[in-house]
Amino acid sequence: MGSNLRIVIAKPGLDGHDRGAKVVARTLRDAGHEVIYTGLRRTAKQIVETVRDEDARFLGLSSLSGAHNHLFPRVCELLIEEGLSDVIVFGGGIIPEDDRPALFSSGIKAIFGPGTPTNEILEFIDTASSMDDVGVGAKTDWHWQSTA
Amino acid sequence: MNLGLINDAINGDRRSLARTLSGIENGTLNIMEIQQNADIPHRIDSGNWKSLAITGAPGVGKSCLIDKLLSIWAGSGIKIALLAIDPSSPRTGGALLGDRVRITSVDDDSLKENIYIRSIATRKSSGNVPLIVADMVEFLHMAGWERVVIETVGSGQSEVRCAAIADRIVVVEGPARGDGVQAEKAGLLELADAVIVNKSDLKGAEKHAEELLESFELGLGDVPPVMLTSALNETGISEAADALLDLPDTGRSVRARWRERLLAHYERKILESPDLEEILSLLAVGSISVDEAINTLGGQ
Repeated sequence: MGSNLRIVIAKPGLDGHDRGAKVVARTLRDAGHEVIYTGLRRTAKQIVETVRDEDARFLGLSSLSGAHNHLFPRVCELLIEEGLSDVIVFGGGIIPEDDRPALFSSGIKAIFGPGTPTNEILEFIDTASSMDDVGVGAKTDWHWQSTA
Repeated sequence: MNLGLINDAINGDRRSLARTLSGIENGTLNIMEIQQNADIPHRIDSGNWKSLAITGAPGVGKSCLIDKLLSIWAGSGIKIALLAIDPSSPRTGGALLGDRVRITSVDDDSLKENIYIRSIATRKSSGNVPLIVADMVEFLHMAGWERVVIETVGSGQSEVRCAAIADRIVVVEGPARGDGVQAEKAGLLELADAVIVNKSDLKGAEKHAEELLESFELGLGDVPPVMLTSALNETGISEAADALLDLPDTGRSVRARWRERLLAHYERKILESPDLEEILSLLAVGSISVDEAINTLGGQ
């Protein structure tokens, strides 16, 4: 187990539904990680600055508002612009299957929908943290095959 | 040691700063080596505090108050860093660091160049501030962050470990925190260089401030200022910000501070011992006594 990873959990955009983000944050905490929670309604820029200042290795984005097609790629773009290409990004919330390929190609490495067992998120974190070159700016087609 | 990274951090690159602080926190970078090898620009010593611990019970409004103070200080051109401490789980070692939720001053485009916020977990340390924070503060000074505020874990009456690390201690209290006897009790308040009674919009705040002041006047040495603020209504904040910036050392507790420093260093020695895990296992099955464990860990 790669313990003590620093992970930012963020809620981008106008979206007040934070139950999922809190459950994920709690799961990661109980697995021994240090989780920095941003709170609600953050802009892409604010999230990227938080990841930079907190030296986070992973960033989890949660969205239930339907704006993921805009917000998730924007966060990925800004991370790369800021020189944070090695940060590993995953997402969760209400993300239809049809939307996922575009999000993966913007640099997201896993998307977890409702009903995902929390253990699966931990398996993803373990797997990705032991891989080379899977950050948001990596030139790889690899992404996690989630069950939900 | 990656000297390029450290020099970038000193020259203002924030990602390098964040990475260097992680290195210090994780023990892969040593502050003494950094001091010896990095190109540190000469800075004028203002003679005032470099680190200020803000402590107090959970829920008295430390984060909200700090957010307002940061806005004022950063707005006047001071580069200010906040190290916000939250507890690690003693069971799993994990932590949920949530202080950023209430700190919005760093999102202000006109202020963000002057504010750096870092969330820190207590990890193995038992106090309300881990000792490694002192080294992180030292590096922030090298990188030009002239003032560092440390927000401790929400603390009760007797958690005075922050005295080992910070130049000044501010205790934040809320209104109506018990009767007058509470103000007379020994502990954290004895080490305070200033006390802020926050939530002054609520009943009982003024009375509590008076009780604290009376209690201080009965004691020896300088009486620390007792200020009333309401972070919610933004009253008393700019006065408190001015007073805190030039806060003199009351010098009431030099020995007590050294006591805390000594304890913190001794604790770190035990926690960093390579034998710790084995000794804990032996203690758990009852094959050695606590005295034997102490002799093995740090008793030379």
